[in-house]
Amino acid sequence: MAGMSGTIATPEFPQDGFPSRLGDRPLRVVSPRINLRQRVRQIWQYRELLLGMTRKELRVQYKDSVLGFLWSMLNPATNLLVYFVVFQIILRNGIPHYAIYLMSGVLVWNFFSSSVSGACGSLVANSHIIKKVAFPREIPALAQVGSAMMQMGFQSIVLVIFLAAFRTAPAVDFVILLIPALVALITLATSLGLLFAALNVKMRDMQHLLGVALSVWFWATPIVYPFRQIRDRIQFYPSHFKWLLDLYRMNPVTPIVLSFQRAIYGVTSPKGASGQPIHILPDHAGLWWYSWQLLAVIGFAVALGVFALGVFGRREGSFAEEL
Amino acid sequence: MPTAIEIRDVSKRFRLYHQQFTSLKERVLHGGRVPYEDFWALKDIAFEVDEGVTFGLLGHNGSGKSTLLKSIAGIIQPTRGEIVTRGRVAALLELGAGFQPEMSGRENIYLNASLLGMSRSYVDSRFDDIVGFAELESFIDNQVKYYSSGMYVRLGFAVAVHMDPDILIVDEVLAVGDELFQRKCLERVKQFQREGRTIVVVTHSPDMVRQVCSRAAVLDHGKLVGLGTPAEAVRSFREHLLRREAYADASELGSLISLADDGSRNGEATNGAVDSAPAEKPEMVAYHGKRETGLKITYTRFEYAHSDERDYAISGESLRIVVGYHADRSYDDVLPGYTVYDQEGRFLFGANTKLFPADIKVEPGDGEFVFEIDSLPLLDGDYPVTVGLLTHDEYTVYDWHEQQYTLSVMSEGMVTGLLAVPTRISMRPRQTGPEALRVRGI
Repeated sequence: MAGMSGTIATPEFPQDGFPSRLGDRPLRVVSPRINLRQRVRQIWQYRELLLGMTRKELRVQYKDSVLGFLWSMLNPATNLLVYFVVFQIILRNGIPHYAIYLMSGVLVWNFFSSSVSGACGSLVANSHIIKKVAFPREIPALAQVGSAMMQMGFQSIVLVIFLAAFRTAPAVDFVILLIPALVALITLATSLGLLFAALNVKMRDMQHLLGVALSVWFWATPIVYPFRQIRDRIQFYPSHFKWLLDLYRMNPVTPIVLSFQRAIYGVTSPKGASGQPIHILPDHAGLWWYSWQLLAVIGFAVALGVFALGVFGRREGSFAEEL
Repeated sequence: MPTAIEIRDVSKRFRLYHQQFTSLKERVLHGGRVPYEDFWALKDIAFEVDEGVTFGLLGHNGSGKSTLLKSIAGIIQPTRGEIVTRGRVAALLELGAGFQPEMSGRENIYLNASLLGMSRSYVDSRFDDIVGFAELESFIDNQVKYYSSGMYVRLGFAVAVHMDPDILIVDEVLAVGDELFQRKCLERVKQFQREGRTIVVVTHSPDMVRQVCSRAAVLDHGKLVGLGTPAEAVRSFREHLLRREAYADASELGSLISLADDGSRNGEATNGAVDSAPAEKPEMVAYHGKRETGLKITYTRFEYAHSDERDYAISGESLRIVVGYHADRSYDDVLPGYTVYDQEGRFLFGANTKLFPADIKVEPGDGEFVFEIDSLPLLDGDYPVTVGLLTHDEYTVYDWHEQQYTLSVMSEGMVTGLLAVPTRISMRPRQTGPEALRVRGI
């Protein structure tokens, strides 16, 4: 499927009278392996398909529903409401502007989980075209990431409305963090999504496994509770639980969520209702601390992406048969 | 002339798992080892297709022809070897694959086109042509789910043929849509041929190959067993098809004899193949396997009135097809037959001695079989003729001349079409009154 270009010097004219049309046409090679660069170039060549499929995903998701696109906001809004009621009202965690704190983390998580789980099932869902048409097989998975991005965009509009309503401002110095954080988030979600998409073709329980993993992962990320609630207590935990904490600290989504919270929620240790400071985010962590963490996540995500494309390439030759 | 498609030692392996273990649990239970068999759907296929050729891929079900087609289209990748195509490839494996029922015809055109690798601006420039070709002007903004299956297919075909392919890959499933649209599709395929585009057609119908293709390859069990002109390919296809049907287990002579003994069973035995190639059914000789070289056709002659002074027969007059033979020894089961085709390779008619009460015996030496036609039902044209000698059970071929003769026919009548049906034309005044009512049968 690679679009290698080659030319023939002089187009010949066959005896039958029609001029040769192929003389300068590009060659395409269908072979068991194509390299990473060709793979990426192919995806780029099909960028219009990616756009079209992304649009389709959004359209089809809420087809024929009266509220239509509103559902894509209503769903996370309900989740937010539940967390809010449980943690703020019933458990009295005392975090001021808890809704903003929640939303800045949930925004990241919704994108992450819906793009990874969407990508995981994307090849199976598009099996009818994969069996009949040749196009880069990464596209359906990438389209899921694309549609998750669109939804994230809409949800962030709601977040901005909330910020205005609560009259809280994001931390101006840290807003710049959102850019590397988004890059890290998108790269990580794409890489993981591609990997699971490729594996799910043959082993269909990948999507169930992923569902379980994601729900654990959500609670292993400081989204509804503050990061420092875990970090500050690490020293008090018995040592044979240390490995669990090490695992916790390796969660690549955490630095992304922290960056979003630092930038949008803005404060690290706000004063609670009783006047005591409530420790939420690291106090003395500056831009560099976040940047290094994000850089590490990006590095990991890129490596994972190369690996995922490798797995994809190894497996894609038999997608059409296994679907 | 440049090569449009180069197939370089392509092999494709399928893993046939004895049980489909698609879940992790089952895999773990089997220690990660799932018993499988390797099945080579394609084995070291290598050939080239020149530009401008309409190329047929002929084979029975499971011969690997569809696998090869999908590999050329880039839908699956070969396990070994590579395929090089030059120019834009469009594959019509399924029309309207990827249409989204919830979206309008207009949106689907753009989506489908981008799936086939066309840019948005290119589709913009061809949009009206596409809609016009699909005859969907007034429905183009309706959701595709409200389309009839015919409209659906028309839209799919319209998008595919407007992507200006250099190489068009067509599956035989294309027999879709109403008759008028089919004609339009065929017309478009012929236009592609005139424009020098390369076309690859997959089929199991020899008639299709004869009618449309200029070259063909035959696949059998994943191997390339024939490559050449349509006539050569069709011959090779038949030989391999029969070998598969009747000699599937050649060591078991018993089953062979039971097949050969029972004339009606014979028809059934080849039924699987006949069903898949419906056009084959009425043909005189469906398949042949074994060759016996002691009995040969030495010549074939057409005899008609004044055949010494003109080289064409006249419609409606009598015709004799004379087939000369030479036998080295005596044969006690000989079935002579002939078949007449039209220029497009369609089987028109034929006859043999299959329904004779007794087998025909041939003594050593030379002789002739004569087929006599009282009134030749053909109009102007040149008609390819096949003659053959085989056994009554059609399993042994003594000699076979596939479309090696041409019968030229002139017609003097005023009938047009395919058949010479003598028609008298007269005029009479229209009848009125009770008389006319009676005529209409009231």
